[in-house]
Amino acid sequence: MIGYIGKRMIAIIPIVFIATLVTFGLIHLSPVDPAEAYLTAAHIYPTPEVLEQKRHEFGLDQPLWTQYMHTLQKIARLDFGTSYLTNQPVWNEVVSRMPATAELALWSMLFSVIVSVPLGILAAVYRNSWIDMVSRAISYLGASIPQFWLGYLLIFFFSVKLDLLPVEGRGSWQNLVLPTVALSLVLIAVYTRLLRSSMLEQMQETYVQYARMRGLRERTIMLKHVLKLAITPLITGMGINLGKLLTGTIIVEQVFSWPGFGRYFVDAIFNRDIPVIQCYVFLAACLFILCNLLVDLVQLYMDPRISSKGRAEH
Amino acid sequence: MKWHAAFKGQRMILICSLAVLVFFGVALLAPWIAPHNPVKVDLLQKLKGPSMDHWLGTDHLGRDQLSRLIYGARISLGFAAMIFVSSLLIGIVVGAVAGYVGGWVDSILMRLCEGIMAFPNLVLVLGIVGIFGPGLMQVLLALMMVQWVYYARICRNMVVSLKERNFIAAARISGSSTWSIIRRHIIPNVQRPIVVIGTLEMGWAIMDISALSFLGLGIQPPNAEWGAMIHEGTSYIRSHPELMIYPGLLILIVVMVFNILGEALSDKYGIAKR
Repeated sequence: MIGYIGKRMIAIIPIVFIATLVTFGLIHLSPVDPAEAYLTAAHIYPTPEVLEQKRHEFGLDQPLWTQYMHTLQKIARLDFGTSYLTNQPVWNEVVSRMPATAELALWSMLFSVIVSVPLGILAAVYRNSWIDMVSRAISYLGASIPQFWLGYLLIFFFSVKLDLLPVEGRGSWQNLVLPTVALSLVLIAVYTRLLRSSMLEQMQETYVQYARMRGLRERTIMLKHVLKLAITPLITGMGINLGKLLTGTIIVEQVFSWPGFGRYFVDAIFNRDIPVIQCYVFLAACLFILCNLLVDLVQLYMDPRISSKGRAEH
Repeated sequence: MKWHAAFKGQRMILICSLAVLVFFGVALLAPWIAPHNPVKVDLLQKLKGPSMDHWLGTDHLGRDQLSRLIYGARISLGFAAMIFVSSLLIGIVVGAVAGYVGGWVDSILMRLCEGIMAFPNLVLVLGIVGIFGPGLMQVLLALMMVQWVYYARICRNMVVSLKERNFIAAARISGSSTWSIIRRHIIPNVQRPIVVIGTLEMGWAIMDISALSFLGLGIQPPNAEWGAMIHEGTSYIRSHPELMIYPGLLILIVVMVFNILGEALSDKYGIAKR
């Protein structure tokens, strides 16, 4: 088991390495000269002398290999450079915006689990009933609705028409409601379907028949036995769908003017604030990789057989 | 019951395929169907309600809403199809080479795929667009650079499992070249999963294009694109909500048709989605 965990840990090293290579490569594939982008963002007229000086300052006149090693060293120290726009270290700005995004993401995860677990169970137990149809409709809707449009629809109904909730900003719980719902629908869609199908799969197993023969109540069988095993794919699904959550925050933060990391990233794209873009892309990859590792470990904890047969297929 | 279920699946596939054909028909015939020029500004007619001349009214610059929606289909579907074809081509070539040649070539190519898949899709796309600058071509390029890995992986796995089968061995013994084996025997076998993934991918691509246009990174004004139209419409959310409701509804319908079709096809062929 320890060996398996160790193997998984080692396996992420090359992926993180490739992630640094991709983020580094992005800059050098770009037609934009970082020195020029810096000067434009800082509203300095790029004369050849100033450009030359900036290039030297950024180390752009050194060979690629040296530059890459330099970048690696800096990343290891969590130094992502300074923002072209504000001249603040990128890492500090990221840290200051992280809580807003984390708040939104965690509430959405919580909300979607609260909705999709009961819905998934009911859809599986009462298969082909109206509740199963509802869950199916939600899953198609969630997979097909553009998140920004959903956000504006919510604003239209709850803020403009009914005047119940604020349109934008952050602070009170009222501010949190609409963004959370807008972000959650796609997650609810995925989680509900995942739980439903894994419940149905488990219900075919012989231990369910045995439990029925023992005379256990149907509710006990479903909640205590079936759900316990069926929840594992859901946990895996939460890790795999982290990307949906992350990209969701970018869009939802934009719609609701939520002062988080995603909005900072979009602003950076418009301003060609390259260090910020680089930092976001790299951190997103790391978060993604870490969550996948975490999911594996949770899976291992719930089903120790995995360490001998390798990661379960989904 | 079984027959009924099979028939139901087929009917779904039929209806959705017809809908897809209609979407593409509208996109192709846009210049003939659209009643007005989608970019022609007429400030005297701005923010007008539905009328005989403008069935769905006009936007804040007096442009005909219906014509803009019709032309928007060209961008969304056209670019999604282009992304599909180009990433499919790259994916097939890379996947077939990796699977067929094997060894270190395979390892390097597959590690590259894993590296790209380590990034959440839209994050990497936004990163690429951020570095290369806003614009539809950059969006196209970015989506293509991200999407091909899925086809490459399917292809590679298929090829690896097919490679050792007898008919391939027979072809090799009878002296067929590597390239002709790939072309004649392997590609026909990977068609089904590609159709499934491709259908679902169309839906994702349309969503991603509209999301990027909504953020202002895709299409540039004054061209009509559904995501960009929603963005323009949001300024008039209080007085003219229909300006943002119609394009969103269209995205929803089109993407949903692709999703349902993809799902029905994957059920029919018994292929797991990604």
